[in-house]
Amino acid sequence: MFDFSTVTMWLDEFLRGLMPSWLAITTECILVAVLLLAAYSVLAMIYIMYERWVCGWIQCRRGPIRVGPAGSLQIFADVLKILSKEIITLWSTDKFLFFLAPFLVVLASVLTFACLPWGKGLQFIDFNIGVFFIIAVSSIGVLGILLAGWSSNSKYTLIGAMRSGAQMISYELSVGISILTIVCLAGTMSITGIVEAQADGWFLFKGHLPAVIAFIIYIIAANAENNRGPFDLPEAEHELTAGYHTEYSGIHYGLFYLAEYLNLFVVSGIASLLFLGGWMPLHISGLDGFNAVMDYIPSTLWFLGKAFFMTFIFMWIRWSFPRVRIDQMLALEWRYLMPIGLANLVVMAIVVTQGWHF
Amino acid sequence: MADLQEQISKACPDVQIDNSGQWPLLTVANATWHETATKLKEQLNFDQLMALVGVDWGDAIGVIYYFTNTQTGDIIHVKVVADDRDKPYIHTVSDLWAVANYQEREAYDFYGIIFVNHPDMRRFFLRNDWVGHPLRKDYDANPELNPIRLDDETNEDYTCRYVEKDGKVVKIDGKVFEDDEYVINVGPQHPSTHGVMRYRVSLDGEIVKKVDVVSGYIHRGIEKLCESLTYPQTLLYTERMDYMAAHINRHCLCLCIEKALGIEVPHRAELIRLMMDELMRLSSHLLSYGCLTMDQGATTAFFYGFRDRELIYDIFDRTCGARMSMSYSTIGGVVADVHPDFITDVRHACDVIEKNMKEYHQLFTGNVIARNRMIGVGLLSKEDAINYAITGPSGRASGCHCDVRKTHPYSLYDEFDFEEVTRTEGDSMARYMVRMDEMVQSIKILRQACDKLEQEGAQGEYIAKVPKMIKLPAGHWYQQVEASRGAFGVYIESDGDSKPFQKPMRMHFQSPCFNLIGVVDLTCRDNMIADLITITASIDFVIPDIDR
Amino acid sequence: MKHEDFKDNGYIEDLVAQLNGSGVNVVVGKADQLMNWSRSNSLWPFCFGTSCCAIEFMCLGAARYDMARFGAEVARNSPRQADYIMCQGTITYRMAPVLKRLYEQMAEPKYVIACGACTVSGGPFKNSYCVVKGIDEIIPVDVYLPGCPPRPEAMFYALMQLQRKIKVTKFFGGANRKEKLTYSPQGAKAE
Repeated sequence: MFDFSTVTMWLDEFLRGLMPSWLAITTECILVAVLLLAAYSVLAMIYIMYERWVCGWIQCRRGPIRVGPAGSLQIFADVLKILSKEIITLWSTDKFLFFLAPFLVVLASVLTFACLPWGKGLQFIDFNIGVFFIIAVSSIGVLGILLAGWSSNSKYTLIGAMRSGAQMISYELSVGISILTIVCLAGTMSITGIVEAQADGWFLFKGHLPAVIAFIIYIIAANAENNRGPFDLPEAEHELTAGYHTEYSGIHYGLFYLAEYLNLFVVSGIASLLFLGGWMPLHISGLDGFNAVMDYIPSTLWFLGKAFFMTFIFMWIRWSFPRVRIDQMLALEWRYLMPIGLANLVVMAIVVTQGWHF
Repeated sequence: MADLQEQISKACPDVQIDNSGQWPLLTVANATWHETATKLKEQLNFDQLMALVGVDWGDAIGVIYYFTNTQTGDIIHVKVVADDRDKPYIHTVSDLWAVANYQEREAYDFYGIIFVNHPDMRRFFLRNDWVGHPLRKDYDANPELNPIRLDDETNEDYTCRYVEKDGKVVKIDGKVFEDDEYVINVGPQHPSTHGVMRYRVSLDGEIVKKVDVVSGYIHRGIEKLCESLTYPQTLLYTERMDYMAAHINRHCLCLCIEKALGIEVPHRAELIRLMMDELMRLSSHLLSYGCLTMDQGATTAFFYGFRDRELIYDIFDRTCGARMSMSYSTIGGVVADVHPDFITDVRHACDVIEKNMKEYHQLFTGNVIARNRMIGVGLLSKEDAINYAITGPSGRASGCHCDVRKTHPYSLYDEFDFEEVTRTEGDSMARYMVRMDEMVQSIKILRQACDKLEQEGAQGEYIAKVPKMIKLPAGHWYQQVEASRGAFGVYIESDGDSKPFQKPMRMHFQSPCFNLIGVVDLTCRDNMIADLITITASIDFVIPDIDR
Repeated sequence: MKHEDFKDNGYIEDLVAQLNGSGVNVVVGKADQLMNWSRSNSLWPFCFGTSCCAIEFMCLGAARYDMARFGAEVARNSPRQADYIMCQGTITYRMAPVLKRLYEQMAEPKYVIACGACTVSGGPFKNSYCVVKGIDEIIPVDVYLPGCPPRPEAMFYALMQLQRKIKVTKFFGGANRKEKLTYSPQGAKAE
C-alpha cells in the first residue's frame, strides 16, 4: 500500500534544501492551510449536492438535474449567488458577536476536519492525543451557535440557541463515552495508532458486542451533536422558522450552511475512523489473497468511501424520521444513552483486560 | 316535532314558536334571552351551538342561533333582535356555549353588535383601527375611511368587555397579556400555521401558558361580496374558502339553494356530486397527512402523500377541467357529464391509495418518535368537543358522533354502506388515526358509487331544469354537509325581492375550521411549544375557511 | 402552450437591446453573465402562501413536478435567506403591512412573482372592502402569473420567465432595476 508520508518527507527535504528551516516550516504551514481549506470547501460542495440527490432519491424525486450536466453545476450557481447576496446588519444588536458567530462555527469544524486520517501517511495533524483534540475542538461549535442566537436579538433565535446549547452539551457526553470505549479497545489516543490497530479487522467486528453498542450510541449522539434530523431542534423549521440563524443572510448564512455539511463529513469520518478502520482496507485474517487485492485500492478511496457510506446512513435517518421534542431528546440522552454508554465502557474494559476480543 | 314544541313551550312559556319551516323558530326578547338560553341548554339539552348568524334586516339588527341536541339530533333556531339598531346590545351566551366566544366576536366585527358580559370584546377579522362595521347595510364603503394601512397595528394587548351596571352598559378595559410575560408571535407568516394564522403565545421556558388567536389575515369579506352577486355567481366563493373541500362546500350551497327553490336533482347528478365529495375528502386527508408529518419533521412522508394526491387531481382535471377550484356543481346538478374514463380512473386511484396506505403507516404511524409526540398530546374531552362545537375528524376523535352524513343524511348518503369512524382518546394520535381510517371509508363509498354509476350507463341526465332567473321566496334556509374538516353550513336569507337579478340579503357560511381554532388555546395550554405545532397540525384547519 | 409562445418574450428582448445598445466592456460583460447565470439558477423561494395557490405551490415542490430540478427546492422560511417571494394568495389589508415588511427584510437581490389572480389584481375579491387590488400597490412585482389558482406548469413558466429576466440584469456597472423604499401605486404599476 502506498504510504503518502514519502511524498511529504520528500517535499520537506526539498524545501529545507532550498531555504532556511524556519522559512521551510512556514511555507509548509501555508501550503497545508491552503490545501486544508480547499479540501474543506470542495467537500462541503460535494456534500450539499450529495444530500440533495439522496434526498430526492428517497422522496421519489429527481433532485437538481437542469443546471449543467445532470445538475452538477447547481452548487456553483448556489455558491456564487450566496457570495453576492446582501449581508444584512441588524439594529440594536452586538455587531461584533453577531459577525463572530458564523466564523466560530466554521472554525470548530475546520479544526476537527484537520484531524481526519485521509490515507496512509496523509494527515494534517497527527499527535498522540488526536482523539482528545477532536472532542475538545468540536465543542467550540456550540459557542458559535449560542452567540448567533443570542446576538440576533430575536426571540426565535434565542429559543433555537438555548435548545442547541442544551442538546449539544448533553450529547457531547455520549459521543465522548463511545469514543472512549474505542480508545479503551485500541489502547491509544493517537489517530494513526487507532487506524493501525485495525489492520487485522475493523473495531466494529473486532470488539464484540460493546463495540456494536458504542457504534449505535455514536450514530445517535453524532446526529444530535450535528443538529441533524431527527434532532434538528435548534433550527426546527416548522417551529422556529430557521432557528438560531434566522437573522443571518448572505455569506454568513452560507457559512452556517457550509459548517453543517462539513460537520456531517467530520462525524462520518470519525465514525469510519473509530469503527470502520479509517483508511485501512478490509482485511480478513487468513485470506491473504483477498487482503492483497484490497490493498490495491488506494487508502484515500477507502476512507472517503466509508465516510460517504456513513453519511448515507445519516441522511437516510434524517429523511425518514420525524423530529423529537426537546424533553424527549434530553430524556433519551440522560436516561438511556449515557447510562448504557457508561455500562458499555465498563464491559469493554473487562473485555479488553480479559482479552476476549478477537 | 310536536313533542319538542310542547317541551319548549313548557320550559319557556314566553317564547313564540313558529313551526312553518324545516325546524322550529323561536323568537326571544332580548331582555329574557340569557335566561331562556340557560333553560334551552340545561332543561332541553340543546348542548351544541351549530351556528351564530348576525343579520341586518334593514330596520333591525339581530342574531339567529342554530342549536342542536347531540343526543337526539333535534335542531331549533332562535331569533334575537337587539332593541336599538344604532347601539345594538345582546346578552352573551359564551358562558353557556364556549364556541360562541369567537362567533360573537365575529358578529361584533361585522355588525357592531355588543355582547354584554362577553369576556373579550375585540374585533376578530379586521384591524383594530378599522372604521365602521362592514356588513351593516348602512356601512360607508368610502375607501378614504379605510385605506391600505402599511403601519403596524397598535394596542394588541388591550381588550375590553361590556357589563351591565344599574341598567346601563359600561365598558371595562382589560389586558390580554401581562407586562412580564414572554410572548412570542407564531405567524402570521410561519411555516406551520398552514397559512396566515397568528398565535400570540405566552411562554414559560418551552411551556405554553396561553395562546391568543389573532385571525383575519386572509379575511376577504366573502359574505359581504355575496350580497352583491346573484345566486349562481355566489357559488364561486365557496371553493375559495376551504379549498381542500371545494366540491363539498359548493355542493352545500347548491343544496341550500335547491332546497329554497324546491328543485329535484337527478339521481345521476347527485351521485356524481357525492363521488366528487368523497374524492375531495380523500385528497384533503392526504394533504393533512402530508402536512402533519411535515410539521413534525418527517419530510419524506409529505412527499408520499402528495404523490398520491396527484392521482385525484388527474381525475378532477379530466372531468372538471381544473385541478383546484373546479366549479363543477351547479344549481340543479353538475355542469357537464363525467369523462368517459372517470370510473376506471376512480377505481385505479382507490386501488393505489389503498395499497399505499400501508406505506404511510409503516413510515409514520408506527414510528416511535411519532407515537411519543402524538399520544396523549392535546387532549380534548367529549364535553369540550360538544361545547366548542368541534365537528369532523377532530370531533369524532373525541368520541362525538357528529358525522352529518349519518346524523342528518343529505344527498344519497343513506344509500351507501359505510361506517362513522370514531375514537375515544381525543388526543393528536386519535385525530390523525380518524383521518387515516376515514380514507378507507371514503374508498369504500367510492367503490360502491362506481358500481352504481356503471349501472346508470355511460350517459344520462346530469342537470335538472332550472329557471333562468333564480329567485328565492322570502325566508331563510340553513343547510349542513360534512366537509373534510367538519360540518359546513350555509345560511341564506332572502327578502323575496322581485327584481330580475335577485341577490341574497344575507349569506353566511358556518365553516368547521372557525370552531376548530376555538380549542387551540384549550388544548395547547401547559404543553410544549413543539406540541403546539403537533396539535394545530392534528386539528388541521384551513385558514381561508376561518377568515372567509 | 405552443413553443413559439413560450419563447415569445418581446419585453425581455427589448431590455437586452437596450442594454447592448450602450455597449458593454468584455470583461464586465462576461462577469455579469456569470453572476446572472448563478443568480438565475439558484432561486431559493420564500414560503409565503396565504391561500389556494399555496397548495399548488406544494404540488410544485412535490414528487411529480419537482421544483428541485431547477435548484429551487431550498425553500427558506426566513426572508433573510430567500431570493424571491412567490406571493401565493390574496393579500388583505391586515396582511399588507406584513407582506411589505417581509419584502423589506429580504436581502438584495430580491424578486417578486405575483402568483394567482388575487395578487395580480384582487381577482374574484376585487370588490371586497379589505382586499388589496394587486400586490403591486405595496411592493414591486417582477412577474405576473394569472390563474385561479395557476397550474404548476404555469408556475414553472413564471419561474423560467423570472430566470430570463434575471439574465438581462446588470450586476457590475449600474443596475437597471432601481428601487426606492416608498412606492406610489402609479410608480409601481409603471414598473
